Amino acid sequence: MKIGAPKEIFEGENRVAMTPDSATQLIKLGHTCVIESGAGAKAGFSDATYEKAGVEVVKTAKALFDAADVVVKVRGPEATEAKLLKSGQTLISFFWPAQNAELLDQIAKQGATVVAMDMVPRISRAQKMDALSSMANIAGYRAVMEAGNNFGRFFTGQVTAAGKVPPAKVLIVGAGVAGLAAIGTATSLGAIVYAFDVRPEVSEQIESMGANFVFLDFEDKQDGAATGGYAAPSSPEFREKQLAKFRELAPEMDIVITTALIPGRPAPKLWTEDMVHMMKPGSVIVDLAAERGGNCDLTVMDQKIVSENGVTVVGYTDFPSRMAAQASTLYSTNIRHMLTDLTPKKDGVIDHNMGDDVIRGATVTHEGAVTYPPPPPKIAAIAAAKPKEKVKELTPEERRAKETAEFKQQTRNQVGLLVGGGALILLAGLFAPASFMQHFIVFVLACFVGFQVIWNVSHSLHTPLMAITNAISSIIILGALMQIGSGSFLVILLGAASVLMAGINIFGGFMVTRRMLAMFQKS
Amino acid sequence: MEYGFTTAAYVVSAVLFILSLGGLSGQESAKRAVWYGIFGMGLAVAATLIGPGSGNWFVSLVMIAIGGGIGWNVAQRVQMTEMPQLVAAMHSLVGLAAVFIGFNAEIEMVRVAAMQAASEPMGLEALTGFALKVAEKTATEINILKIEVFLGVFIGAVTFTGSVVAYGKLAGKVDGKAKKLPGGHLLNAAAAIGSVLLMVMYFQGAGSWTLIAMTLLAFFIGYHLIMGIGGADMPVVVSMLNSYSGWAAAAIGFSLSNDLLIVVGALVGSSGAILSYIMCKAMNRSFISVILGGFGGTTGPAMEVSGEQIAIDTEGVAAALNDADSIIIIPGYGMAVAQAQQSVSELTRKLRAKGKTVRFAIHPVAGRLPGHMNVLLAEAKVPYDIVLEMDEINEDFPTTDVAIVIGSNDIVNPAAQEDPNSPIAGMPVLECWKAKQVFVSKRGQGTGYSGIENPLFYKENTRMFYGDAKKSLDALLPMID
Repeated sequence: MKIGAPKEIFEGENRVAMTPDSATQLIKLGHTCVIESGAGAKAGFSDATYEKAGVEVVKTAKALFDAADVVVKVRGPEATEAKLLKSGQTLISFFWPAQNAELLDQIAKQGATVVAMDMVPRISRAQKMDALSSMANIAGYRAVMEAGNNFGRFFTGQVTAAGKVPPAKVLIVGAGVAGLAAIGTATSLGAIVYAFDVRPEVSEQIESMGANFVFLDFEDKQDGAATGGYAAPSSPEFREKQLAKFRELAPEMDIVITTALIPGRPAPKLWTEDMVHMMKPGSVIVDLAAERGGNCDLTVMDQKIVSENGVTVVGYTDFPSRMAAQASTLYSTNIRHMLTDLTPKKDGVIDHNMGDDVIRGATVTHEGAVTYPPPPPKIAAIAAAKPKEKVKELTPEERRAKETAEFKQQTRNQVGLLVGGGALILLAGLFAPASFMQHFIVFVLACFVGFQVIWNVSHSLHTPLMAITNAISSIIILGALMQIGSGSFLVILLGAASVLMAGINIFGGFMVTRRMLAMFQKS
Repeated sequence: MEYGFTTAAYVVSAVLFILSLGGLSGQESAKRAVWYGIFGMGLAVAATLIGPGSGNWFVSLVMIAIGGGIGWNVAQRVQMTEMPQLVAAMHSLVGLAAVFIGFNAEIEMVRVAAMQAASEPMGLEALTGFALKVAEKTATEINILKIEVFLGVFIGAVTFTGSVVAYGKLAGKVDGKAKKLPGGHLLNAAAAIGSVLLMVMYFQGAGSWTLIAMTLLAFFIGYHLIMGIGGADMPVVVSMLNSYSGWAAAAIGFSLSNDLLIVVGALVGSSGAILSYIMCKAMNRSFISVILGGFGGTTGPAMEVSGEQIAIDTEGVAAALNDADSIIIIPGYGMAVAQAQQSVSELTRKLRAKGKTVRFAIHPVAGRLPGHMNVLLAEAKVPYDIVLEMDEINEDFPTTDVAIVIGSNDIVNPAAQEDPNSPIAGMPVLECWKAKQVFVSKRGQGTGYSGIENPLFYKENTRMFYGDAKKSLDALLPMID
């Protein structure tokens, strides 16, 4: 089959869906490749490098659409491009079928097959073709770069001969792929990074990247990760709590990067106008959700504005395109993996297997019919996370109250035990003779001493403890020794047997304890 | 020699014993502590021999010498893996000695009573030692003495047969499974009630036969009680019997009016009681449920275990270990059975020589005796400062590259945390599955002592390293470079 990549005609799009490297790989799959002249120029790939990799270069988009069996693109097709699609042709690109229903119908009528890269299901097997993640990764990185570009200070704190530089404080809202990439970039530049997400289970990932998780004390634990790894909309109460927390953080933050998106909805407004006003002049907000209306009230799509109090708000939507070379490399690899799955026999023949979960999920039109939305995938995207038990952080007052309560409880228990035990002993004293009571006192005190002493024995020495208590419990030999001298033969016999047994125990017990203890060695 | 001297010696001995137990709080001080114990014992015996009330020196010394010889020999020869059996066997000796001494007291009582009844002033004056003490007692004191003797014999008898059965189970001479005669605990209860009845009869002067009958009943209780407890609960049983042997000594001390016996008996008794408590806590079970035997019935269907056990070969394990920086080894009873501790130690030495962090995680009930694993590892010369308790190390698993489970099962069972219907739900376990990779060295695909399926073996990051622990580790050693 012939795979062709046209030049992107969308304004400001610098990426390309095929690189010389990916073409080499595609040729190994048995395909031939074709590219429109100048398609890779903005991403730094000249026509010559393509030709060297064995790619045919054609002059116009029309010629390319005519020649190719499979058209690979970055952006979804413009109307003019859509018209060029023929029956039986396959288009692989971002498509956003939910937003482009009309275009979808039109292409279905034309009989072309569309594989939408944004519809690749989020399962482990499909990660290699998850272009959303690879683009989000770039967006996260670039967002920090943009912020640094507009931020007049260092990220890292320094003490220099020319004065002290405080480290920049960065807040990342939303710890998806982009958010995590931004965390990684910002921490490696030396900033102090805070991150927030509605899904408490990602706190571990956030902390693993070196940021501090902004902890929200909220009772009603909702499962924020209901929809295949994306955040779900939150309740109004939760939102209020969240905004309050942001207001608390706003004055301290130098850079805020918002990445919060909810599938199929406008971006939630999380960084309100008053928060922008609370920030210091010179601070930067980068809104990665600008395309869907932005997380910040002041965001203007595709523009960089400066607020009244000197806060820069960056609303670009083309972060991946701003790193065209990197983005094209990653995207073309995703496309290549998709084509590998579509060419299972590696013989250059596309087998569009609708029984495959990944291919079925990504295909939005096939053989003249609209196949969107796909049935739910057989494998759950991400195992439903178990609600984690959060250890509630106590305020000092609560802690003190708890401590006093515990102390009171302990006192009550102890006093109760003492009173009970004392009463019992007194009762015994009423009936028992004095000689017994003397021994009894010794007994009770010895028990008490025993309890106090044994609690301190270290766990690792429990076996030696048993052996030594064994040895010393043969103190019973004293009884036998006292009896052996008195009276009848039977007594002497039994006494002698007892002495013998206790003797075994004493020597055996102590010896074995010594042997064991001698083995414990420090490294 | 005067009575005062003996008492003074007893006081010193008692202090030495307390110090010797207290010294076990640390490995280094423990080495000194054992000498305190030895001196305490020597002093007590010597003081008794030269003190009032003892006679027949010759027999005593010969018996001590013979017994000591046997004990010394056994202690020298015993394998560290056989420690649980040895401890159980020794408990049984203390129990039996308590029974004999109790009988002796009864015999003397009967003899003295007969003399007093016949009012033989000559005979009474000629009495020495223990008999003299008995003769001096008032009627109430004799009654108290009777209770003490009765209790001492009872506890001693239960300890004796119980320890013998525990010994048999631990040594593998008796089937380790929980077994009960038809009637179960009703039989025990009946025997206990019978003993109480006999005590009342004995009290009212029914004669020595009641004491002997009670002894037989107590023998039965000890036997049947421990037969009904499964092998996995043995740590609790052994420490419980340890406690009993202490209480028996204390009861005998009362009947002989010997304060040192009382003090030491109480020390040992409370020590055993605390150990039992710690063990029960570690298994998240109440003492009662251990005694009543077996794991409680499940409260619902056990969680489905999905996935499969994936085996791995020696090369795979070696490669993972060569790549790992931090390793935690979790030994269990299986290591003791396979005698693999030397190989484990050698592996540890090699890995540490390469600069890797190697630590051991010990669950409180690993093995068949409290602290069993520590002793085995110490024998194999694993330094004790890398051997850590569950609470100290559990948090470190997520940052660990490789966890190696050697012959343990229930103590690493995630079902305890994940499956509320599991019989071991709520039991604290070592969270080894949080490590990046887990290797389980195991003989075959069986379940553990408790017979509970272990979801750990089915986890994605778990690989099963089948085979005898010692052989597999020995095969692994040359590949670590």
